[in-house]
Order: sequence, then C-alpha cells, then structure tokens
Amino acid sequence: MKYVDEYRNGKLASAIAATIRAEARPEQSYRFMEFCGGHTHAIARYGLEDLLPENVRMIHGPGCPVCVLPVGRMDDAIKLAQRPDVTLCTYADLMRVPSSNGMSLLKAKAAGADIRMVYSTLDALRIAREEPARKVVFFAIGFETTTPPTAIALLNAQSEGLKNFFVFCNHVLTPAAIQNILESPDVRELGLIRIDGFIGPAHVSVVIGAGPYEFFAEEFQKPVVIAGFEPLDVMQAVLMLVRQVNDGRYEVENEYIRAVTPEGNLKAQDMVSRIFELRDTFEWRGLGQVPYSALKLREEFSAFDAEKVFDIRTVPAKDNPACECGAILRGVKKPTDCKLFGTLCTPETPMGSCMVSSEGSCAAHWTYGRFRDAKQERQAS
Amino acid sequence: MNAPRLRSRKLDLKNGRVDLTHGSGGRAMAQLIGDIFRDAFDNDLLAQGNDQAVFDMSAGRLAMTTDGYVVSPLFFPGGDIGSLAVHGTVNDLAMAGARPLYLSASFILEEGFPLSDLQRIAQSMGAAAREAGVKIVTGDTKVVERGKADGVFISTAGIGMAPEGLHLSGEKARPGDAILVSGSLGDHGVAIMSSRENLQFDTQILSDSAALHGLVADMVGACGPHLRLMRDPTRGGLAATLNEIAHQSGVGIRIEEDALPIKKEVAAACELLGLDPLYVANEGKLVAFVAAEAADELLAVMRAHKLGGDAAIIGHVVRDEHCFVQMTTSFGGERIVDWLSGEQLPRIC
Repeated sequence: MKYVDEYRNGKLASAIAATIRAEARPEQSYRFMEFCGGHTHAIARYGLEDLLPENVRMIHGPGCPVCVLPVGRMDDAIKLAQRPDVTLCTYADLMRVPSSNGMSLLKAKAAGADIRMVYSTLDALRIAREEPARKVVFFAIGFETTTPPTAIALLNAQSEGLKNFFVFCNHVLTPAAIQNILESPDVRELGLIRIDGFIGPAHVSVVIGAGPYEFFAEEFQKPVVIAGFEPLDVMQAVLMLVRQVNDGRYEVENEYIRAVTPEGNLKAQDMVSRIFELRDTFEWRGLGQVPYSALKLREEFSAFDAEKVFDIRTVPAKDNPACECGAILRGVKKPTDCKLFGTLCTPETPMGSCMVSSEGSCAAHWTYGRFRDAKQERQAS
Repeated sequence: MNAPRLRSRKLDLKNGRVDLTHGSGGRAMAQLIGDIFRDAFDNDLLAQGNDQAVFDMSAGRLAMTTDGYVVSPLFFPGGDIGSLAVHGTVNDLAMAGARPLYLSASFILEEGFPLSDLQRIAQSMGAAAREAGVKIVTGDTKVVERGKADGVFISTAGIGMAPEGLHLSGEKARPGDAILVSGSLGDHGVAIMSSRENLQFDTQILSDSAALHGLVADMVGACGPHLRLMRDPTRGGLAATLNEIAHQSGVGIRIEEDALPIKKEVAAACELLGLDPLYVANEGKLVAFVAAEAADELLAVMRAHKLGGDAAIIGHVVRDEHCFVQMTTSFGGERIVDWLSGEQLPRIC
C-alpha cells in the first residue's frame, strides 16, 4: 500500500536498529517516554522492543484520551445518558470504561439508556437533525487532534440553528500534561522515573505544530523528537533521541516532516480558539488536577454546552484502590507491576481505563506483548 | 411453510409489504410461502407441503449444524442475507469434511418489509442452494411487529454426510503441523462495512461469501489422512479461529505476517477504518491444519481449486503451555495475536 508500506519496511527497520545499537553507548542506559498512546500501540503491535538494544527502553506516557478521563466525568456522562430526554453520542472506545459502582456506558445502554456509537461528530449532528425531539449530546473527548472536529460540529449546529445539539466537552491539551509529568515529584524529587527524552505526538503536532514543545525542551533540558505513528517513524525517532543524548543536546526535532510544520494547522487553531477557552484546571486520571490543561466552550456557545444546559457538577470519584492506572499513566509503574493486570483486569473485564482503550499501556501489553512475561518467567526459573 | 397452494389474488410483489397476516397461519401466509419461498427453493421434498421433510439416508456418519443470520445491510457487494445463510450453513458442515445435503430455513420477518426484497432474498437463497447442490427442504415463517426485528432474520439448520474414517476436530492440532488458509482475509467484513458506511472506495470490495464443500472435497480426497482439522474464520476473523484451536488443542501457534494473503484494497480499507484484517470476518475462506509432510501437496490441491487460488501456508503449531498465538510481524518483531475483545464490526453475518 503506497505511503504506508514504506513506513513499515522491515529491512529498513533492522538497518536503523543496527545503527541504534552501534551508537547507543553500552555503559549508558537510555529511557525515553512516548507520550502518545498511538506510539505505545505501534511499539507493541510491531514488536519494536525486540528491535531495540537492552539499554534503550521505552516508558509509556499518558497520551491516551480514554485513559486519562477521570471517573467523575464518566459518571457525568452516564447520568446524562440515563435522562429520558437525552441521546448520548460517543466514540466506541468509551463504552466499556469502568466508572463508579461498576457502571459503564455499555451497561447503561443495556439498561435502556439511549447511547449511540458514532464515528464522527457529524454523525451526532445528523442524529440531532433527524430526531428534533431528542436532546443529542456529543461526548467530546480527546487531545488537540479531536478538538477541531468538535469545533466544526458546533459551528455547523450554530449556522443551522439546531436547538437540540449539545457538547459535553472533555478536550485536553498535550503540552500541559507533558510539563506536569516533568514537574511531578515522581520525576523531580523522588527520582522514581528518569526520562531522558520524549517522542513527541504525531497527529496532535499536525494541529499545534512543533513550537509548543520548545519551552519544556529548553526549561527541563529534555530532547523531544516529534514522530509519526508508523513503526519506522518510531525507530527513527529513537535513533534521533539517542544522538541528542549522546551530543548533550535538548532540542525539538521533527521526524514527522511529511505532516508536521513548525506552526501547525493555523486554520484549525483559529477555529478552536473561536469556540473554546482554557479551563483553570482539569482533573486527569493519573496526574490529578493539572492547571490550564483542558478546554471548555466559550460563553457565546453556552447554549450548546451540556455542562451548563444540564447543570453538570462533576463529583470527583475514586478508582478501584488496587488499580495502578495512575502510576502507569505517569510512567512510574509498568502494567505488570499491577496486581490486577491479567487476573481481574483484562480487556473483557477492565478494572481500569488503561485496559480499555487500544491505546492504553495495559491493553497494548496484554494484547500484543504478554508473551514476553512468560519468556522472562521461563528464563528466571 | 408447508401448506397447499391456494388460488387467490396474486401477491403484489412489486409494491406489497409484509403485514401481520403473513404470519398468522391463514391464507395470506400460505400464499406468501407458496409464491415466494416454494417458488424460489423449488424441490421435490419441499413441494410435498408437509410440516417436515422425510428422506432416506445411506448408512454412515451424519454432520448437523445450525446458524442464525442478522447481517446489516441485508444486501451487500458480493451477496445478501439469503446467499450468506446458505453458504454459512454449508461451510459449517463442510469443515467436518461432510457433504452437505439438506437445509432448513426459518424466517423472522418484520412487519412492513417489502415483498420485493423478500423475493430477492429467497431467490438468491434458492440459487445459492442449487449451486451448492443442497436442498432447502423445510422451513418456517413468523412475522413480528414493526420495530421488533430489523427487516429479516434467518435461521438455518443443515445436515450432511461425513466420510468414513475422517475425524476432523479442533483438539487435533499437534506441534509441527502446518497451517494453511484458502485465500485472502477480511473481504466479507470490509465489504459489509463499506456498504454500511457508504465509503467511496475506488475499487469495490466484494464479499467472499461462497460454499466451500467442493474445495474441501478435493482437500480430503488428496490429503484426508493427514488433515487434522478445518474451520471457517467467520466472526472474529482468523485471530479468533487460531485462538480457539490453540486452546482446544493445548498448543501454541506461530504465524508470519508476511505470509498472510490480504488484498491491497482490503488492507487499505482496514487502514482507513482502523480495523485489523486478522479480526475481520470471512464467509468463503477456510483454515486447515495438516501434518507438515502433507503441507505442500495440500497447498497445491487448494491452489488448483477456483476458491483456493490464493491459498498460503501461514504458520505452524508449536508446544506452548500458554497457548499463545504469536506472529512475527513484517517489521521483524514479535507480537501476540489475541482474541478480539469487544466488537470490531457489529452484525456482519
């Protein structure tokens, strides 16, 4: 397949792997965090860990929108969906996310709530148009990548004069989260994790550009390499990070030049800023309250704002106490460090959100990589 | 379904719709059965008009199966719910090496369903049955109120004769066995998805829906004693089938991504829709496990058949207490091929 196979070429991958092996200093260890779940997924799905030398390891970051959504907001969505006048439209990944009292959207749907899985915000708009008697709420989640489609839906709803379309906005921002990880006690004081550099987001960077990462590359002296989601992109980015570490550089480099420009997609940014504004603070699963890390609808769009129209007041809710999603999202623990992993918590019966989304670290390891645990056990015994 | 032909005003097959009287057991039902189903399925046993079909069987081992069909949309590129119901049932019998003989068909119809569509489905079913050499010998019709079904649901049962001495079964895979597939993966699921979402692909992807017993007969004829088992990878795709067999046989499975036959168009559509072809349904493909020494011969026999032209050896069976299905990616890494969790594509068959 054109423009895809080129980035999945096994021969090229082994050539890059050999270069990484040659250039990574044997006495040094390299620990890089891939922020995005898309990268986590690529690493697991293509078995990239098998290609990297022992002293170059990847730490999985929190860039999975489903994973970082706090339980309280899931509870809000379920409550909304249970209203007899509401049709809740959601991306399918959210259906099985566990929330308080063992509920999930899937269970609420089975119990009679009108919940529809959609592929695009435009599907939700269409439902609102076709069923004027229903109050159609779009459950908007995601990073900077999914915000512009929500913006387009809102602009369309406004220009069509739709009175029964609403957005429950949970859009979050990437740079704020990366900064939060670097400022967290885990990294700065406790030394629980050492991060030598970041693989920067792919699709998010198409929208926001390479600029927003400059600040923390400089401030925290960490190299960032923006990379595409194809496996060769990831391999190339790891090589570029190894080189930066070896040279003592901490720059923002762009491996994904076929899609990411320094300034990003200005049209999308403009549209987003016309409709959304920063929240003072927002809760992230795993990271807690992160200042200026999420978006809400501007005042002039309040007629579309589900939070205002349905008077949603989020009550913080706790995860299952044994669930390690929080520490896993911060990169402090690995999925296999969690007692629930693979026992009580599997993709069929997820206890935490990292096991639900295909971009979550736990689901990626369970689905693609758990044979390595068995291998390690064999070697240990 | 088996009532005498009655003389009354003709069914309006152009503009008419199914109504509740068509399921009430009265004259309207008899007319529906006669004009649509008996006409389309046309065989001596059904024509007797009894509540059951009675037939002689030669001595030997019988294979029996049942299946339900709720595919949406009802008509899709390369087939429809009617032909799918015949192929699916025939294939379930064929996977035991059996020669399919007789089918039953039970229809749940939704009030308001166009009679023209019902006739089209029945005729497609009849044509698929004739082509496969099986007879639809008995059936049933029920009508439910509008909103209680989705157009048409079909359930079938099938009976076939299994050859003497051939015992194919899911627990028979042994370390060293070769694993073959009969052709390209994921065609059916992608065809359904593309027609459902009105995606405009330059190349139309057709469902692979087909009856496989002819291919199976050739395979059994050439390599019968070496065959361990066969299965058609429908819902859950190749991944689900391989995981089922790994667990049934208590073995591990290793496959090569580069060896998997996947059409370019299907790979592209999956890429676009975020699907993995390993999990996408097939309706005219089979997976065969065979002793390693017979693998090349079996491959040649499969490739010589019109439904096995793209057959390939995709992997082998290993000892593995964890029963992992593992794949060497074309990238050179290793990964697990797990069961599908949740729904990838709803209502594909």
